[in-house]
Amino acid sequence: MTWLTAEIAAVNQETPRVRTLELAARGWPGHRAGQHLDLRLTAEDGYQAQRSYSIASAPGEPLALTVERLDDGEVSPYLVDEAREGDRLEVRGPIGGYFVWDGDEPQPSLLIAGGSGVVPLMAMSRHHAQIESRAPMRLVVSSRTLADVIYREELNRLTAKGDGFEVVHTLTREQPPGWTGYTRRIDPELLSEVAFPAAEAPRVYVCGSTRFVDAAADGLIEAGYEPGWIRTERFGATGS
Amino acid sequence: MPPGQYLTDDFPVLSAGPTPHTPLEEWTFSIQGGAEPVSWTWDELRALPSEEPTVDIHCVTRWSKLDTTWEGVSVDTLLDAVEHDSAYAVAFCDGGYTTNLPLEDLTGGKAWVAYRYGGDELDPEHGGPARLLVPHLYFWKSAKWVRGLSLRDEDEPGFWESNGYHLRGDPWLEQRYWGD
Repeated sequence: MTWLTAEIAAVNQETPRVRTLELAARGWPGHRAGQHLDLRLTAEDGYQAQRSYSIASAPGEPLALTVERLDDGEVSPYLVDEAREGDRLEVRGPIGGYFVWDGDEPQPSLLIAGGSGVVPLMAMSRHHAQIESRAPMRLVVSSRTLADVIYREELNRLTAKGDGFEVVHTLTREQPPGWTGYTRRIDPELLSEVAFPAAEAPRVYVCGSTRFVDAAADGLIEAGYEPGWIRTERFGATGS
Repeated sequence: MPPGQYLTDDFPVLSAGPTPHTPLEEWTFSIQGGAEPVSWTWDELRALPSEEPTVDIHCVTRWSKLDTTWEGVSVDTLLDAVEHDSAYAVAFCDGGYTTNLPLEDLTGGKAWVAYRYGGDELDPEHGGPARLLVPHLYFWKSAKWVRGLSLRDEDEPGFWESNGYHLRGDPWLEQRYWGD
């Protein structure tokens, strides 16, 4: 798989710690919703650093990454704080053929995101809208505070379309006055309220920290879901 | 360090599905595809002679971790119990995960069925009760929750190998993806 030069075409600050970079990469072969890519930075002295990032954009849309700053990270502080429109970096991909949603199956999809784990699930949500899928899709997003919710405005817009796409938020650390959503970490009771009935054999995509993913997957299995329905993607403590 | 990797002191977790929890009394390790199928219960596996390798591990997602300490049974010891003339194996696991390996990569003191890590029983999230340990290849080859080997005449792609990842996965050759 070859490295392609990509130019940063647009930058959007999503939250104080999270930024979306739209990339123009000549020769990019296209991707499926949920896939990721490898990104490589080269310093002036030739030192190179590589990381994997989930793709945020729907297939066919301009390539976009959404990156969270990890304070002890080597790559993400540059991408979130310093990268400017016109800067160049290298990418290769797309990578991964399992944690993907193509929209060609009728059963409901349950997407469960912990923090920036929403990124590959956003690609699926955008793809759902783009292909005008009528298959039920429910995105459960766990964030610390309202200010930490990535893509909040766009998620509101996608929900308002009334095409079977729904969003459930839980704010685990701090809630604004009048908040009527969930206020705690994902647990079996919360899952039993938001998950599709097991009889519908939903497809499940969970992305977040290991602890988050295990809590969600174990809770769903407790609710009668088959382990084989649940696809997971985990961030390690130093994931990227 | 192999090319394109960075060091970590953590032990990140990557798996494609939920963490399985198979009770030890139901657990077996089996080798299929030889003259006769062979299998060990948990207690039988633990009674086999074990080794304590200290090895570097390299994940295709680019982290590497040095000097990790393990305890487990050499795959050589297990294959000694099987009459076969196969050249390849597919490791199979709880949860349905599979990964393919040439037997050359599983023999000669290069691979173990590991059940202890860092002096403790192996955590379920890291593949406990037992995982394959093949440290000279990218770590997806070190299949978590391993339950056996299926011997084959030909190399057949496993789970990640069918989903865009390299058939062999040598980190020193940066064999990450199809076509590398």
